[in-house]
Amino acid sequence: MNTRASLRRSAKPRRPDPTRAARHRCRRGEVNGVTFRTFIVTLSVGHEHLLSYRPCNIKTGAVYLSRQEIMKWNGWGYSDSRFLFNKKGQAEFTGKRYRLSGLILPSLKDWFEGTFGANLQHKSPATPTVNLSAVAPPNLNEPFIEDLKAAGVAASHDPEDRVFRAHGHCLHEIFALREGRIGRVPDMVVWPSCHSDVEKIVELACKHNVCLIPYGGGTSVSSALECPHEETRSIVSLDTSQMNRILWIDEKNLTAHVEAGIIGQDLERQLNEHGYCTGHEPDSMEFSSLGGWVATRASGMKKNIYGNIEDLVVHIKMVTPRGVIEKSCLGPRMSTGPDIHHFILGSEGTLGVVTEVTMKIRPIPEYQKYGSVVFPNFQQGVACLREVARQRCAPASIRLMDNEQFQFGHALKPQVSSIFMSFLDGLKKFYITKFKGFDPHHLCVATLLFEGDRGKVLQHEKQVYDIAAKFGGLAAGEDNGQRGYMLTFVIAYLRDLGMDYYVIGESFETSVPWDRVLDLCRNVKERIVRECKERGVQFPPLSTCRVTQTYDAGACVYFYFAFNYRGLSDPVHVYEQVEHAAREEILANGGSLSHHHGVGKLRKEWMKESVSGVGLGMLKSVKEYVDPQNIFGNRNLL
Amino acid sequence: MASRALYSPRHPVLKKRDDFEDVLEERRRSSDLRYALRCYTPTLYKGLVPCKVSMLKSIVLQSDHLQCVIKQVSSESGDSTECVAEEASLILDEMAHRMQLSTVRFFVFTLSKAFKRLFRSVCVNEEGIQRLQQAVQEHPVVLLPSHRSYMDFLMMSYLLYMFDLPLPVIAAGMDFMSMKFIGEMLRMSGAFFIRRSFGGDKLYWAVFSEYVKTMLRKGYAPIEFFLEGTRSRTCKSLTPKTGLLNIVMEPFFKGELFDVSLVPVSISYERVLEESLYARELLGVPKPKESTSGLLKARRVLSEDYGSMHVYFGHPVSVRSLAEGKIKRSQYNLLPRYIPQKPSVDTHEFLNDAAFRLVRIQEENMVLKPWVLIATLLLQNPDGMDLSSLTEQTDWLRHLALAFGAFLDWPDHEACSEVISCSLALHRRLLSVSAGHVQLSVTDAPQVETTPEEAVFQRAVVVLSCASYRNQILHVFLRPALLAVAMQSANSSRKDDIYNCFNFLRNMFSNEFILCPGDSVQDFEEACYLLMKRGVLQVLEHEIVMSASGQSTLAFLCSVLEPFLQGYQVVCRYLCEETNENLTEKEFIPAVRSFALKLILAGRLKCFHIHTVSASLDVLWAFEVLWLFN
Repeated sequence: MNTRASLRRSAKPRRPDPTRAARHRCRRGEVNGVTFRTFIVTLSVGHEHLLSYRPCNIKTGAVYLSRQEIMKWNGWGYSDSRFLFNKKGQAEFTGKRYRLSGLILPSLKDWFEGTFGANLQHKSPATPTVNLSAVAPPNLNEPFIEDLKAAGVAASHDPEDRVFRAHGHCLHEIFALREGRIGRVPDMVVWPSCHSDVEKIVELACKHNVCLIPYGGGTSVSSALECPHEETRSIVSLDTSQMNRILWIDEKNLTAHVEAGIIGQDLERQLNEHGYCTGHEPDSMEFSSLGGWVATRASGMKKNIYGNIEDLVVHIKMVTPRGVIEKSCLGPRMSTGPDIHHFILGSEGTLGVVTEVTMKIRPIPEYQKYGSVVFPNFQQGVACLREVARQRCAPASIRLMDNEQFQFGHALKPQVSSIFMSFLDGLKKFYITKFKGFDPHHLCVATLLFEGDRGKVLQHEKQVYDIAAKFGGLAAGEDNGQRGYMLTFVIAYLRDLGMDYYVIGESFETSVPWDRVLDLCRNVKERIVRECKERGVQFPPLSTCRVTQTYDAGACVYFYFAFNYRGLSDPVHVYEQVEHAAREEILANGGSLSHHHGVGKLRKEWMKESVSGVGLGMLKSVKEYVDPQNIFGNRNLL
Repeated sequence: MASRALYSPRHPVLKKRDDFEDVLEERRRSSDLRYALRCYTPTLYKGLVPCKVSMLKSIVLQSDHLQCVIKQVSSESGDSTECVAEEASLILDEMAHRMQLSTVRFFVFTLSKAFKRLFRSVCVNEEGIQRLQQAVQEHPVVLLPSHRSYMDFLMMSYLLYMFDLPLPVIAAGMDFMSMKFIGEMLRMSGAFFIRRSFGGDKLYWAVFSEYVKTMLRKGYAPIEFFLEGTRSRTCKSLTPKTGLLNIVMEPFFKGELFDVSLVPVSISYERVLEESLYARELLGVPKPKESTSGLLKARRVLSEDYGSMHVYFGHPVSVRSLAEGKIKRSQYNLLPRYIPQKPSVDTHEFLNDAAFRLVRIQEENMVLKPWVLIATLLLQNPDGMDLSSLTEQTDWLRHLALAFGAFLDWPDHEACSEVISCSLALHRRLLSVSAGHVQLSVTDAPQVETTPEEAVFQRAVVVLSCASYRNQILHVFLRPALLAVAMQSANSSRKDDIYNCFNFLRNMFSNEFILCPGDSVQDFEEACYLLMKRGVLQVLEHEIVMSASGQSTLAFLCSVLEPFLQGYQVVCRYLCEETNENLTEKEFIPAVRSFALKLILAGRLKCFHIHTVSASLDVLWAFEVLWLFN
């Protein structure tokens, strides 16, 4: 759904693990290189697992169980996992879920204070518990409830349940929660447990004119889950979390039929048990749901091998007020007029509820390997990625972080265990900056993830490193690569840490033709800095980007932007103005409105400009036909 | 840094201007040679060291844009691409500058000597320099000086060297290149040469625009060019050209640069070096061809006193803020950026508007000397004035000009009469003073017999020279003067009628003066405001009434526009009386000129300051516009 935090299951030794020594030996041959380069590569340290995650079974005995018990109500992710500065002023990550859990991050404090001008003395703590008295009493549609009971669908109007499903993870949503402010929340939550439950709910909603808002993983960053203020009907949040079974796996055709409420990590784990995977790994996969991916046109980190969600789905079943929409067969491609899947993909909950999806699956790859390349500057890095895309040899994932993000990643380096390691780190740094002459304020790093047959991976790796060498890139080891990917899943946890100390931030993304990548990155970053200054932000903001996906004709660019809001009377407003300006800048520089976050309500104002008046009219007329009563009234997109 | 103020309503009177400092003072005290050889460490754009000249050329020739045009031209003409590429390379060689610090140092040395002889002082606003220093580091800079004299660009480079700013590359007309030695010298001090006209030549345009854009994108050096396109012979700002402005703005439109800073620079002379040359040129004596020998002959000018010179660096104007809400940059999204695209109608309108506004900024920051006021008065009194009444009226005019926001450099603590006699002394070549009576005249008139035509010609030279000073202050009086004439000719005190009349005049003169298209209402209101504040008018809801004391001011303002109105009349009369059907534009000007001469000789036209010569083309244009309006 979005590229928020993610759980990155890493190089798991799925087959008997080749020894590290052996792997490095073969790399020595591959990297085309100077002994020095090999030297660095072999230095890479690290655990085999970026994180070892413990599956959390949501249905723990009690029937409608709420994830809010193990997840934060006003921040990202699991309640037991968070960053904090301990008494010594050192950053640590609590819990046991992630590879980083329980570790001390000695350089984070300096980076944090230096980058934002923040100070550990200046805290802005969140309200500790939900103030349930602030939740407005529910506006219930009694006849609807009666019929629902009769139909046997689980429901609740407990304030906590309602508050939990009233928001996604936009900055303004989380900021308000932390301050204890609660706006309009759904009046009621229902938990269908299968497709026919959904059919009943939708039918009853039409009958009693109730507004339905589908809720999957709740990881939206487009205000898509916000209840429209103008809505006067009873709003019912339709939580798909109980529809989470894999209904069948077809090994002949390599497909699986899955209920749409399943959460990414559960889907992947359960398929793994059968020796398969979908390969769809959006950064939010710990929490986001299959239905949510379909409804927002999600993109996964490893799309280069597996494809984006639209490439992965074979069949979709969706319940709409008009009835069920689905195709009649599981043919891999059809020429039957415009693909009706494309009305569903990206419909953002405005047309109906996706209940079941048939997806492609793949055998678990034999071998996985991280890698990284350091470039003297961002331009060289982009040129390299472009060349990789031109030769169509992109690994499962290839990302290029700019200098600021590289430094950010470095700040997350855990405490080094021995003097020897810290000596080696120093040596590496010396080699890159002094011997190779890279300017530490310009160099940037590309992180790589290879996947597949062992032999092919190694061959592939060589090809990519050879291309990189042509653009002045130096192989920089697995560890840097892994840490790069770690950044994406801890970033949302880090935002919560920032918010404890007057720092607010957000990420946003776009896709853009290759020839405009550099200009867009530079202009958007500069626009952010300038807008912050003009709006009275005291300290220069963090304004950083990475090229996060490559395509034949362009790339996906992902921005992080955060600033210290001390001294501002309305930080969220300032933040929103800056984000708005940044989006305008993206559009003016030939970028798209969104690559995978979706439009929601946050970016609605630009839809017409993005798809033309006629295009918008087409979408509207579909909505008009499918849902004339506006039962699916979240008012996203259109 | 760059001001957003360009579009905000301003009241001219409230304008705050920086103080000046004389930069020659220091030069008079220390060695020019040592100065020319001193360590020069310019502030650089983002700290980037500019690339080599040869590197620059190859970047231009390899650019996608140029390659694309080369292919196009080659497929259209049938020549091989190598052949066209070769041609492009030659064009670039002909055009490109070859900046060399040693040549610059030579110029610095000689110009130090020359400037000290020519000028009493060269005053620069140092705050402007500081702003420029800041701007240069942040964004690529385009310098837009006004153009009254050949001196302009020499002075610009000289000043930038002086303040350790990066030396500009200057767009110069090809005519300079024909000056053998000097042309190359200029090239080596940063001038690049463009042909005066290359309308349909795609390849030339591509090389030229890519060359300028590359320098801008790379932050190679500030680009300097003259919005007015050529030197203004009348000292009246010329209608700006938008071609080069489009080129320097396009990298921003296309997202290749975050922003571009435009820095209008106003250069004003107490006495223009070329004053009588211009007058002759206006009267039809062809401009002497730029040549080295011509330049040597012209060294006579070195022996004269040209008073002081003022250079005012305006606030940098950010193209980004200028274009905000006016240019939709996403219009460039659907075409690869290297494919040349004609500016859209909107863009064109924006460029035109921006260009006018920039020229207005130049005008407003132009320093006016007391002589400008005196010249204005003397021209209105062709029979001359008594020194006492001249003094009195100059003082009156001075206050009026100040109230209208003129940037007047009037010496403090000096009696008015003192100031006036100083000015008269400096410009004695244009005057005769006898027994307290001041009159415009040819003092060193040749004793040989002259035909009446020649006498008229001689006199016209003086009048036009003088008029070029009066023209410097026109922009201050222009709007109130248009209102004054409108009131006179509207024969009504209804605001609507007066506005219509005002608007008519404004349209008629739209190519004569710098009147931003579309600012009609704003200009009208500004004029009303100024005259009301001066107590000349009372502006009621629907009426405009002259106050009792306003008569003299209105009369003065009307007579400011008088010569222009008469000039237009002459052209009209000519068109009505004499015109034969097929008249080309080229024949038109001399024809009108001789027609006017006939009228003058016949005594039917008293006024010498007909601007027909420079104006006639504008007049034609104005008629076309008015015709369309009707």
